[in-house]
This record gives sequence, structure tokens and C-alpha cells, in this order.
Amino acid sequence: MTVKQLSIFVENKPGRLARVTDILAKGGIDIRALSVADTTDYGILRLIVSDPIKACELLKGAEYTVKLTDVIVVELEDEVGALARMLALLDSHGISVEYLYAFIGRDKGKAYIIIRVEDNIKAVDILSGNGYSVTKEEEIYKI
Amino acid sequence: MYWQKDIETMKRSDLERLQLERLRYIVDYCYNNVPFYHERLKKAGVTADKIKTLKDIEYIPYTTKDDIRENYPFNMFAVPMRKVARVHASSGTTGKPTVVGYTKNDLDMWADTVARICVAAGATEDDIAQISFGYGLFTGALGLHYGLEKLGACVVPVSSGNTQKQIMLMRDFGTTLLISTPSYALYLGEVIKEMGIDDLKLRVGLFGGEGCSKDIREQIEKTLGLFATDNYGMSEIIGPGVSGECQQRCGLHINEDHFLPEIIDSETGQVKERGECGELVVTTLTKEAFPVLRYRTRDITKLDYDTCKCGRTLVRMAKVMGRSDDMLIIKGVNVFPSQIESALEGVSHIGPHYQLVVRRVNARDTLEVKVELVDGELLEKFSELEQLANMIRNRLHSILGLDAKVTLVEPKSLERFEGKAKRVLDLRGENPKSEC
Ligand SMILES: [Zn+2]
Repeated sequence: MTVKQLSIFVENKPGRLARVTDILAKGGIDIRALSVADTTDYGILRLIVSDPIKACELLKGAEYTVKLTDVIVVELEDEVGALARMLALLDSHGISVEYLYAFIGRDKGKAYIIIRVEDNIKAVDILSGNGYSVTKEEEIYKI
Repeated sequence: MYWQKDIETMKRSDLERLQLERLRYIVDYCYNNVPFYHERLKKAGVTADKIKTLKDIEYIPYTTKDDIRENYPFNMFAVPMRKVARVHASSGTTGKPTVVGYTKNDLDMWADTVARICVAAGATEDDIAQISFGYGLFTGALGLHYGLEKLGACVVPVSSGNTQKQIMLMRDFGTTLLISTPSYALYLGEVIKEMGIDDLKLRVGLFGGEGCSKDIREQIEKTLGLFATDNYGMSEIIGPGVSGECQQRCGLHINEDHFLPEIIDSETGQVKERGECGELVVTTLTKEAFPVLRYRTRDITKLDYDTCKCGRTLVRMAKVMGRSDDMLIIKGVNVFPSQIESALEGVSHIGPHYQLVVRRVNARDTLEVKVELVDGELLEKFSELEQLANMIRNRLHSILGLDAKVTLVEPKSLERFEGKAKRVLDLRGENPKSEC
């Protein structure tokens, strides 16, 4: 019930992000979702892509520091308060969210939230038990 | 294994007697044959008669690189040019190079001193030795070349550069000894790894020309599959062959029957106590064409006179901690690049390369240390990356007593050169110094 995410270490220099996306584009990798968190010197780029294993190999081959992690992708109604409710639910079960980011699906008009927690199994249990739809790995690339 | 066992394992008291005899001879020789020394010694009131013990060397004034430069090109030679069989020169980053000469006897002695350090490192007459130093005026390549030939190894004078070809020859010839700078060995290792080659026959590496930290050495040993040793020398003394590590790797044995070492305080010029750390000063005891008396090497090290486990009685100098000219003064604190290396040693998640950037911001010095983040383990939490940077910062602080900014950079993003790694970038306007 989890999806593979790429974390890539990038220096805060002009052109660094473009180079990563360029490598992926040339490798025929499609980017589904993206988030950048940065400090003054460097950032961590997080990506959900069409072929995470291949993307990881391509980037490692280009001397990037990359990590693959399992994250949860939750489908949310695109309405006021939906995110707050979901976070409150996780919080009430003692699950803290390391980071999250979102993207909007192409045709269904739904919002998808990517969340990173310590215990994926527990979080997925709670979410599905409370009526949330957790996206499967093979589904994510069709969204 | 020894090359000249009688000398390499000579009883300390016998060695010192030999040194004293030779010191008295060389003082007299310089006085009579080199106008520069004639003047200096006369002014200081020193003749061979005044040298009664080795300690009396302290009466002799120091010789500096500037003295050699001012006597460019041949004014410090002790023999007429027809007796000079070869000259070498070291780079002149500012102005004229320093030129040194060798008689036939000097070349013979030089080859022996190099053969000694090669044998101490593990070289034998069965070895195939690839010399990846640049051939030319520098002493590195030809020094090792003739020493290895004398010892009976097969020498491959491939010179520097053209890495792909170097690797091809290494494979095809079954090269067993690699002679290069540690930076180049590290680079070779990276290329070999990238090419996926694992059938090299390399056995021993003889590295010189620059310092080598423990981490870099380990990485070289891992990627090249050899036993790495350091050796030391400089053209003003003779070139390589001044000292080198034996297989115990607990210091570099100085060939002190030819090169008499002292350790001094580089600020005050005072001779230090045995075992203390300071600038290495060397007097050549046997050279004919270009003898030097108390030459200030600018290299910071210390000496250990205890007999080595290998059986050699020759004094061991510690790996050079830095050069007193390359010493950076940051906020009034002396900083050697080697100190940064020891602070980074053993830190996980980062590579062995680093770069120091010194700036002056609002009349204050700042130090930035750049290191490469080489694995993705810490990418889940910024706080872990920050902890890594902080841990390095604390280590630097405890070693240097200075606050440094630690910047994590992408793998392979720090500049590398085929020869030497550029490790210091001093951007403080006046007296710009970029150290290699
Ligand atoms: Zn030894």
C-alpha cells in the first residue's frame, strides 16, 4: 500500500534542479509529483515518478546522492478541511508526519496527499479503517 | 628486506659518529667551494673545527628557498658545470625556479636512497613499476625511475595524464607497483571502478609529492587493491629518497647517513627538543654538486628515534602535517589542511575530498569547509543532515579551535585535478594563496 519516492540531494545553485529533471526526461521518466525543501546551501528534492527504480539508477549514474523510500499516497476530497481532518486522525493515533506534499489528479479532480511517517503499516491501517482510500503503487502512475 | 642493511640498521652511536664526521667534512667543503656558504660561515665564525658534536650544527645559519632563488641558476653549485651530470628545478610559482645540480656520484647516491625507500615499502626486482609522475624538470619521476632501475625492477615510464591509457598499460603489462601522487591514485581508483575493472595486479603503491590522509589511503587501497606507502623528498635536498615508510607504516625512515634532520620552531628558529613537532631542517652530508646546510623545508613534522619494528635504526619522521607556508592563518589561528583531514577522518556519509574556503567578511576571517555527501541515508530528515554538519563542525572546532561553516555538497562536485587536489581556496584579497 505504499509508493516509492525518490529523495535527491541538490545544491542550491542555478541549473541544478533543471539538470535532474533533464536526466529523468531523457530517460523517459515521467514525474507525477514533486516537492523541494531547501536550506540556503542545499535542498532535498522529492519525486514520485513513473519508474522509481530506473530513475534512481539514472541519477546515481549521474553522481547524485539518492534515496528510495516508501511513502503513503492518500486520496482526499478537494474540499475545505479535508486535509486538517486527516492529519488530526493520524495525530490522534500518535502518528507524526515527517513531511507531506500534494498533487491534483489529472481527471478525477481529486487531491492526493503524499505523507511520510515512521510506521507505514499502522498509518495505512488507520487511514483505510476510517474510510480513506490509499493509493496502490500500480495505480499511482495512472492518476 | 633492506637495500643497504649495514647502514639502515647501523647502531645509533655508530650512525651519529658517521654523521658528525660527514658534517665536519661538508662544512669544510661548503666553506671552500660555495661563495655563498663561505660568506655565511665566515660571518657566523663557523669552521669544521667548531663542530665538535652534532649539536654544534646550531652554529650554522639556516639556508632558505629564497637563498637558493637569489643564487639562480648555478651560484650555489660547489663544482664546475663540467662536473654536473644533471640539473633539476622546482616550480617557481612566484618568479624564478630553484635549480639544483647533481654530479655522477650524487646521482648514484640518489638512486641508492630511492632504492632503499622502495625496498622498505616492499618493492623487489620482480616488480613492474609504473611511474605516473610527470617526467621533466621535477625530481619525482626521474628520482624514482633510477632508484627502481638500480634495485632491478622493470620501470614503465608512463608519465602523468592520459588515464585511460595508463589503465590499459597497467592491465596489459601486469603492473605491480604504482608510483604517483595520492590524488592521482585516488582518481585512478575512481576511473577503474567506473570502468568495472577488477583484474589489476597492483601490489604496492609508492606515493609522494603531497600528503595523504588515512581515509584517502584506505580508499586508494580499496579501489586499487594495493598496499599504500608514503615517501617524502624535495628537490632542494635531493628529490624523492629523503625518507619513506617501511611496511610497518609508523613514520618515514630518513636516510640520515646522507640527510641530517633537525626540528625547529618555525617562528623563532630555535631547535626543538627531541620528539617535539616543528619545521624540518635538513643538512645534506654527502652531496657534491649542490650541498645544503640546514635547509628549511617549511614542512611541519616530528622525529622518532626509537628503533623500528622493521629493524631499521634510521629515524622516523611523522607524516608531514602541513607546510609552514601553506599554513593558513585564520582569525590568528594556525590551520593546516591536514588538521581538517584528521577532523573528517572516519565521518560516515561523506567522501574523502574536501575544500577549504577562506573569506574575509567585514574585516573578519571566515572558514568554510565543503564536503561531499555521498550516501542518501540521511535524506529523509533535514535534521539529520544538519546533525551531520554540526558534528563535523564540532570536530573541526575541537581540533582547530575555530568555528567553521560546514557545507554539504553533491558527490564529485569538488574540483579534482589529475595531479593534485585543490584543497584550499583563499579568497582574502591580500596575499592571495591558493595551495595545492
Ligand atoms: Zn621501519
